[in-house]
Amino acid sequence: MLAPDSVGRTFAGADSISITQSEIDAFAAVIGETDTAIAPPTFTIRISLDQFQNILTKPEIGLDWSRLVHGDQKFEIFSAVKAGDSLSCSATIESYRMAAGNEIVSVRSDLHRGAELVISSWSTLVVRA
Amino acid sequence: MITVGSALPEKIIYLDRAMLKAYADASGDQNPIHQNEEFALSVGLPNVIAHGMLTMALVGKYVTDWSGGAASVKEFGARFIKPVIVPAGEKVDLTINGTVVEVNGDEIKLDLVATSAGVKVLGMAKAVVIKR
Repeated sequence: MLAPDSVGRTFAGADSISITQSEIDAFAAVIGETDTAIAPPTFTIRISLDQFQNILTKPEIGLDWSRLVHGDQKFEIFSAVKAGDSLSCSATIESYRMAAGNEIVSVRSDLHRGAELVISSWSTLVVRA
Repeated sequence: MITVGSALPEKIIYLDRAMLKAYADASGDQNPIHQNEEFALSVGLPNVIAHGMLTMALVGKYVTDWSGGAASVKEFGARFIKPVIVPAGEKVDLTINGTVVEVNGDEIKLDLVATSAGVKVLGMAKAVVIKR
């Protein structure tokens, strides 16, 4: 069960996530992308899901990550991510509901480079009954 | 000339267990449902399934091949409605199609369709791009 008072709140995540060329290269290689000057559009999911896991499974929030499935995903990309970037991450729990015993959490990730918003992404995470 | 209703060329990509392992390592998502058949069956899945985000990444590559690279993508979203099932030793298809549904100045909105073994795996798959 997610703690009800966590809904609507924004949680600070890591404040300096360094993006390396080798991480971008590995991600690009899987999908057959050879231009690795900037990261593929979905690359930052590796940051966002990791941060969601760190934040949402804290005892005071209480999400059960072991029964989680990914329901949907959306990205808004304001600036391309590239090697050498240092990004900060925050997570906002936008909504929470129960349906047929499943917990359905909508959470937004905002990645910043300094003061600049680079990518916002929305994930619907479903904890199966 | 890009107009509403224009179709993008169909692309077929083949997924196998090695690709799932490579994506697990590249993305950091080591959930065993994407690599371990025994575990996948134990949680009620028909077999090992691909990461929804791998499917989405491959559709993203389809979009950027058409639109002119990753920098062209402004928005990209999808719902994971059915899993891509990847049995051991097999290559399974991911068949991708796209259609231009809106043109607003230099912004182009695409509807995307992704199927595997004839089953639609993504819902509401859309991207907004500025074609380069």
